[in-house]
Amino acid sequence: MALSRNISVSEASRPKLPRHARLKFDETRQVWVILAPERVLAPDEIAVEVLQLCDGVRSVADMIDQLAVKYAAPREAIATDVVAMLQDLADKGFLTEAREKTS
Amino acid sequence: MSDLLADGKTASTVPSDGLAVLESQRSTAETFGIPLAVLAELTHRCPLQCPYCSNPIELDRGSSELTTEEWKKVLSELAEIGVLQIHFSGGEPTARKDLVELVQHATDVGLYSNLITSAVLLTKDKLSALADAGLCHVQISFQGNEPVVADRVAGLKNAHEKKIEAAKWTRELDLPLTVNAVMHRQNLHQLQDIIQMAVDLDADRLEVANVQYYGWALKNRAALMPALEQIEETSRIVEEAATRLKGILAIDYVVPDYYALRPKKCMGGWGRQFFNISPAGKVLPCHAAESITGLEFESVRSNHSIAWIWQNSEAFNRYRGTGWMKEPCKSCEFREIDFGGCRCQAFALTGDAGNTDPACTLSPRHEEIFKQAEREAAAHQDRFLYRNFAGGTLETEGEHGA
Repeated sequence: MALSRNISVSEASRPKLPRHARLKFDETRQVWVILAPERVLAPDEIAVEVLQLCDGVRSVADMIDQLAVKYAAPREAIATDVVAMLQDLADKGFLTEAREKTS
Repeated sequence: MSDLLADGKTASTVPSDGLAVLESQRSTAETFGIPLAVLAELTHRCPLQCPYCSNPIELDRGSSELTTEEWKKVLSELAEIGVLQIHFSGGEPTARKDLVELVQHATDVGLYSNLITSAVLLTKDKLSALADAGLCHVQISFQGNEPVVADRVAGLKNAHEKKIEAAKWTRELDLPLTVNAVMHRQNLHQLQDIIQMAVDLDADRLEVANVQYYGWALKNRAALMPALEQIEETSRIVEEAATRLKGILAIDYVVPDYYALRPKKCMGGWGRQFFNISPAGKVLPCHAAESITGLEFESVRSNHSIAWIWQNSEAFNRYRGTGWMKEPCKSCEFREIDFGGCRCQAFALTGDAGNTDPACTLSPRHEEIFKQAEREAAAHQDRFLYRNFAGGTLETEGEHGA
C-alpha cells in the first residue's frame, strides 16, 4: 500500500523542496513563486525566507536559531511559527525530507 | 499563499482563479497579462488513435511542423515575456526526435517543463535523458486500467502495458507523475480501478477528465456519451476517493458539461489566461480553436511577436471579456463567472461561436442537445471512429483497430 509521502515536521527535520517544486523569483511580475505541476503559487515574504533555508542539510532547529537571531525574537515564538508554516507547506506537497520511495 | 494557476489546460472549476491576484494590481488595459503556463503542441503525429483526441480533425502534417530552431526561439521568447511553465504536448511529443534538446532549452531559459505523453514511445534511456535535461513533471494518459478496454480505446496493441512500464520508470527516476484518465461511457466502469492503479503506480496526481465533445470526440459522441446515472456515480466515486487518499493522491476532476447546469469557464475565459501553440506555429486561444471557421490565427512565423499576438490579434480579442456577448449571456449575472462557456462548443453545436454554450441551461438549445445526448447514451452504439490523418477510420468488428 502506498504511504502518505507527506512528512511530519519537527525541529530535527531537514526539509527541502521536492524536485517538482521550484522556488523562483518571477522577474516579469516581481514576485516570488513556487512552480509545481499545473500550479503556480505565490508564497508570502516570510515563507520565501524560510523556504530559502530549506536545503535538505540545515535542520529546522538551525533555521529557528538563525531567524531568532536575525529578528531578535524569542526562540519559542519563532519555533512555533516556523514549524507550523513548514508543516503547512509539507501538507501541500511542497516540502520533502530524504528521498522517500514506496516499492 | 495563493494559487495563481488553477489549471491552464482544462476548464477551471476554481471560482477565484489565480490571475485575479495578479490582475488586481494592474490597470484594465493590462488585464490580459501573459499567461503563466503555455501549451506547446509539438506535433500532431501520434501512434495512438483515441476517438476523443483533442487535436483538430484537420491535423497538421509533419512537414508543416516548426523546426527545432523555431521551437527554441519560441521557448526563449515565452520565458522572456513572463511565461513560467511550458507543457510539451501533441499529438505525441516524444515522436519529435528533438524533444530532449527542447526540454534542455526550456530548462536553460528558466521554464518549468511538463511532458504530456501517451508514453508508448518512451524508453527508460529516453526518459532518463529527459530527466537529465531538467524535465520537471510527467503526465501519462491512460485509457483504462487493463489492456482489453485500454488498447481498444487507444487503437494500439500493447499500449497499456507500455504505459505501465513508463509510469514505473518515471517514479524510479524520481520524477513526479500525473495519471491522466479520460473518461467516457465505455470506461467509466473502471474508474475505481483506475484510481487504485494511480495509487499503485505511486502517482502524485490523478486527472479524471470527462471527454469534452468537440472535434474527434464530437464525431464519436454516440460511442462515448455517458448516461446521467454514470456521471452521478463518477462524482460520488471521485469525492470519496479524494477524501480517502488525501496526502497520497491529489485528484483533479473535470466534470462533463453536458450534464451540468452551468457551462464550464472554458480556458478560464477566451484569451484570458491561456494560449497554446500548434505544431505549425499558430498561436491559439485553445487547442480546439481552429475548429471555429472564419477566425484567422496568427503564427509565430509571422512578423509579430508572441506578446503582440496575445494582446492585439483579432482572434484573441474577438471573444475576450464580455463585450461580444449576445443574450442570454449579455445580461446574465454569471457572465463574468463562466464567460458564456466554451466558444468551440457553441460553434460546433449552434454554428455560431458567439452564441451561449448550449451546455448552459439558459441556452435556448440546451434542452434539445441534452435530450439528444441522453438518447445517444441509451442507444449503445459503441463503435469508434479512430483518429488519424486520413479523416478517421471506423472500428471494424472484432478487430478494434488495436
